[in-house]
Amino acid sequence: MSRIKEFTLPDLGEGLTEGEILAWLVKVGDTVELNQPIVEVETAKAAVEIPAKWAGQITRIFHEAGTVVEVGAPIVAIDTDPSAGPVEPAPSAASLAAVEVAPAEGMVEPGMIGGPAPGGRTAVLVGYGPRTTTAKRRPRRTDGGTPPASAPPAAAAAAPPVAPSAPPAPVPAPPATNGDGPVLAKPPVRKLARDLGVDLATLTGSGPHGSITRADVERAVAVPEPVAAAPAAATVAAPIFDASREQRVPVKGVRKLTAQNMSASAFTAPHVTEFVTVDVTRGMKVLDKLREHREWRDVKVSPLLLAARAVVLAVTRHPMVNSTWAGDEIVVKEYVNLGIAAATQRGLIVPNIKDAGRLSLRELAEALNALVATARSGKTPPADMSGGTLSITNVGVFGIDTGTPILPPGETAILCLGAIRPTPWVHKGKIRIRQVTTLGLSFDHRIVDGELGSRFLADVAAFMADPEGCALTWG
Amino acid sequence: MAKGDLETVGADAPAGGYVQLLTPDGDRVERVTGPDGTEYSVDFTDAEYRTLYRDLVTVRRLDAEATALQRQGELGIWASLLGQEAAQVGAGRAMRPQDMAFPTYREHGVLYTRGIDPIMPFGLFRGVNQGGWDPQEYKFNQYTIVIGAQTLHATGYAMGITMDGKTGSADGEAVIAFFGDGATSQGDVNEAFVWSGVYHAPIVFFCQNNQYAISEPLERQTRIPLYRRSSGFGFPGVRVDGNDVLATFAVTRAALDNARQGQGPTLIEAYTYRMGAHTSSDDPTRYRIASEVESWKVKDPISRLKAFLEKQQVGDAAFFAEVDEQAKAEAIALRERVLELQDPDPVTMFDHVYPHGSPEVDAQREAFQRYQATFEGSAH
Repeated sequence: MSRIKEFTLPDLGEGLTEGEILAWLVKVGDTVELNQPIVEVETAKAAVEIPAKWAGQITRIFHEAGTVVEVGAPIVAIDTDPSAGPVEPAPSAASLAAVEVAPAEGMVEPGMIGGPAPGGRTAVLVGYGPRTTTAKRRPRRTDGGTPPASAPPAAAAAAPPVAPSAPPAPVPAPPATNGDGPVLAKPPVRKLARDLGVDLATLTGSGPHGSITRADVERAVAVPEPVAAAPAAATVAAPIFDASREQRVPVKGVRKLTAQNMSASAFTAPHVTEFVTVDVTRGMKVLDKLREHREWRDVKVSPLLLAARAVVLAVTRHPMVNSTWAGDEIVVKEYVNLGIAAATQRGLIVPNIKDAGRLSLRELAEALNALVATARSGKTPPADMSGGTLSITNVGVFGIDTGTPILPPGETAILCLGAIRPTPWVHKGKIRIRQVTTLGLSFDHRIVDGELGSRFLADVAAFMADPEGCALTWG
Repeated sequence: MAKGDLETVGADAPAGGYVQLLTPDGDRVERVTGPDGTEYSVDFTDAEYRTLYRDLVTVRRLDAEATALQRQGELGIWASLLGQEAAQVGAGRAMRPQDMAFPTYREHGVLYTRGIDPIMPFGLFRGVNQGGWDPQEYKFNQYTIVIGAQTLHATGYAMGITMDGKTGSADGEAVIAFFGDGATSQGDVNEAFVWSGVYHAPIVFFCQNNQYAISEPLERQTRIPLYRRSSGFGFPGVRVDGNDVLATFAVTRAALDNARQGQGPTLIEAYTYRMGAHTSSDDPTRYRIASEVESWKVKDPISRLKAFLEKQQVGDAAFFAEVDEQAKAEAIALRERVLELQDPDPVTMFDHVYPHGSPEVDAQREAFQRYQATFEGSAH
């Protein structure tokens, strides 16, 4: 057996035909262990990591991340004995496979497993596969084999491969002429119509046999019905407040957890919120300087970075705000796992940067950017969401001035960063246009008194107003 | 506290409590008295504790190997037991040789602790056979894919051994039927409860409540704790910490002993969590939040037993390393044997339709052989 083994994309989930390479976890030249995760692949069913099938050295990666690859295509080659020196690359399985793939022969009757099904999909064991496939099968014998007289019709002629006989294309049927008969639509389409408040009886179906399709329903919602001229004498109908104008959204997932956490926190920790309005013009200039600095060329710099730095430095001066109420004792943490509230497609999550106090400014910036990007892509690992000790919520990005945030359960303080606006401001005795923002700080009054909360918030504000000065004097 | 509730044991117990003999931190609870007065405790030797630990680590390692094999295209599908090791090992080790098990498709840990070669179900998951084996030989019925169906088979079997006079003594036989939280909504399971209750069948219904029926959370299955369902059918129910192998063992042993002595059925709810996906075709991040999974990690069945063994000085670093090595060796051996499982000749699919064949099936077999012969390549 060849030393170089090619790993082909398997069917990862019962009848799938393709998968998208999300990310390579290895590169050519890397040495991998058996079962070491090498690549992330997303299929119609799940995003999964594929472990290496053999130990060895990666010699070739066939497809870059972002490529959609058919099941059966080679994706990576592994040299299973790299210590034995270089080898000639083996012929690609793709080229071999190409020889073996015979045209589909339409042997399987429509509706049978493996055969074409309405809608151009393929019937599999349970339900239907994700999209049309052509069955790959061994070619027929060209020497005629030994077809007995009673062979099935398709085997009778030892003909050269014929062009694929496509499954019968669904012929668009004329619009339903059901008269008063039932409206044809599949259950998911009926549900969609009900959710959107569309009366199926008013639509003309464009699907097979005049059935109403998802697209028909969506079109009906997109185009407002032409409004007939109201009769002159008509009175405006009273608004109707019934269930047809209400939406019911199930409470689950992140929404449910958020609700539980917020209720639990709001009704156990007595919250106090304080505000301070501060001139951050100098802080913004420092950020500009960073942006122009060559070493910072590749790093995104935002006011959130300034706030994050201000918080971790201010904590060193007031450790008690970085603590947890544990019933009969207060646990003061000597590390800051800095939570950042992030709006994602799934809802609000608060991933945190572990031990943010030990990071350099540059590392903190990179950690912030990575955290936000990961949260947006919905891939925040569970470990990033637990163990937070103190958090920041940035409502400024929405153009909001400030807020009274609720503490994440177990935390004692949360900073609210507002929008930074050019504002008329008294500066050195004169009214000037300055960059001004309002900071809000909610804290758990069981642990933090007004004095401590005020001093902490004042320090955060002082740092944002004059980062360089504070960095020098706080040492 | 509702009538019949256990006093809550441990800070991590769900409302209503459960039987726990080993806390997540690895501290022993000497004994727990159930709502009906039953006392649960275990009295293991050091060697037995070590065996339980070895079981847990090995079944988890074999399971991980199977998951990897599926990702590598060597299995069509795999149903992982990750997180449920203690429930399965505890129940499996509580069974006596004469007891009969009716598994779902996830009971790899029970299978292992019955002393059955772990390769046995892999033909099914690799798609090279129908998952058939002789249930009587192993006292372990075939993996049942249809949700809850095996509870009826188990009930019938239990009624049968009663009629055969094999129960009613300390050495009698008993039956255990495994199923999940989702199965409790099935008609079959409720029918099995009715029949078992009415006929006083010698059966233990062992429900691994792993909190999700694929994507459906427990609160969509029931308004009351599952173990209380049994009271409506006229037999006792008890909830056990399914991540605690000691408690699971104690509760299952007591229930099986009741059954074998003719005391009728028991419902056990082993409260646990499926740490992985429902099967390899499922993506749990689409319906579970990460922090929930995190919260269950601290209740891990293996780490708590390891902590206990360390505190008791029953296991040292050398022992734990040796167990890991042995589990890995078993996993690699299993992998190699799985890779050797060959595709069957397609024509064999006609072999098990009728025990003595039939002219109609014979004709189909011949036609299929002729059809196969028209293709190039190997014999099949």
